[in-house]
Amino acid sequence: MEWDWAFVVEILPTLVEGVKITILATLLGSVLAALIGLGLAILRRSKNVFVSKPVGFLADFIRGTPLLVQLYFIFYVLPDAGITLSPLVAGVIGLGLHYGTYTAEVYRGGIDNVARGQWEAARACNLSAFQTWTRIILPQALPPMIPALANYFIAMFKETPLLSAITVLELMNQARSIANYNYRYIEPITLVGAFFLVISLVSVIALRWLERRYGRIEER
Amino acid sequence: MGQWAGYLQLILEGALVTIKLTLMGSLLALIMAFIAGLGRISRFWPARALATAYIEFFRGTSIFVQLFWAYFVLPLLGFSLTPLQAGVLALGLNVGAYGAEVVRGAIKSIGREQYEACIALNFNRWQSLRHIILPQAFVLMLPTFGNNAIELLKASAVVSLISLSDMTFQAQVVRAQTGSTLIPFLTILVLYFLMSSVISASIRGLERYLTRGLDGVRS
Repeated sequence: MEWDWAFVVEILPTLVEGVKITILATLLGSVLAALIGLGLAILRRSKNVFVSKPVGFLADFIRGTPLLVQLYFIFYVLPDAGITLSPLVAGVIGLGLHYGTYTAEVYRGGIDNVARGQWEAARACNLSAFQTWTRIILPQALPPMIPALANYFIAMFKETPLLSAITVLELMNQARSIANYNYRYIEPITLVGAFFLVISLVSVIALRWLERRYGRIEER
Repeated sequence: MGQWAGYLQLILEGALVTIKLTLMGSLLALIMAFIAGLGRISRFWPARALATAYIEFFRGTSIFVQLFWAYFVLPLLGFSLTPLQAGVLALGLNVGAYGAEVVRGAIKSIGREQYEACIALNFNRWQSLRHIILPQAFVLMLPTFGNNAIELLKASAVVSLISLSDMTFQAQVVRAQTGSTLIPFLTILVLYFLMSSVISASIRGLERYLTRGLDGVRS
């Protein structure tokens, strides 16, 4: 089967529609993962064993099971419990939850890197727990984490094709429906691959810049 | 109750496929990781360029796209693969690219004095790699290899979308036949978690075994 440029031009607008959804899902998923990760990291540090242990187990469980199955679970099982989600919302929750367990580890590393003296100083200044976190610990812990967090967001971007399994009309799903409709696989699937390759090569360069700007977490 | 036993058997058959995929994929990934990782630090630039291209390509595109490419596009180019072959190929090559960076990083992290000692002992490049560098570097690679194997296990769920009857696929079959969604999906989530726990436990065991007697020798 030959590569057909006319066909490529014909399908491009449909693929661009998919790209929009892919990017939207990645952005929303990243925000959710950043928030969930922070929550998990703080809860896991809790002194109360009945909080830290179950949260730790939950995070390990989510990290040890496939994103695809989690997406199915959110999309197909939750409606039985009366929670019906649109495909995109279910997908974003799945991405955020799954990658939140990864970003939680990044936060943990960043928080552990803040010197003990800072905690003690915060206590000496009679700051509340909330003030300690928002004014002292997080402003110091966050910047070195940025490259590592960005790394996971790029990884998440590459996982978005999984959302096609729960009928989100993102890039991969558009490509598959074009392929099935026209019975031509070579162009759509190759274009999707090329698109992801270009974006991730660009993001590698962006990541290098972030690393220079904020430093790597493990080198501190 | 008897009906559920039948469905459970269906899921366990799928679990067997998942385990087979994970083992074969991990083996391919391990081989590719060493080939590409050593290629990255080769003295010959074509080997370096080839290894870098392989790593960037497979890390840059998602596993899902690679799998579809292997299953739907390769036959058009004259290579027909069964779903299992396509799955092992895509999983192995994808995770192998991640593993290659691990191999490179671990070898780079071995101290200069080890290389100098090799020269002092008049070892050639292969001998120093085989007897001095790799035995030390391999221990450093293990924990990350374990994580990569878990990533591979998780990525293997994607093969259900190219009609390979792995655990996720069988769960969908059970869901279609019984109309129950919670039980099949919860079952396979637990099974996946058990498998990934087995992987991380066995990697920890292997690490302990390989570092026995090294306490205090290395930091």
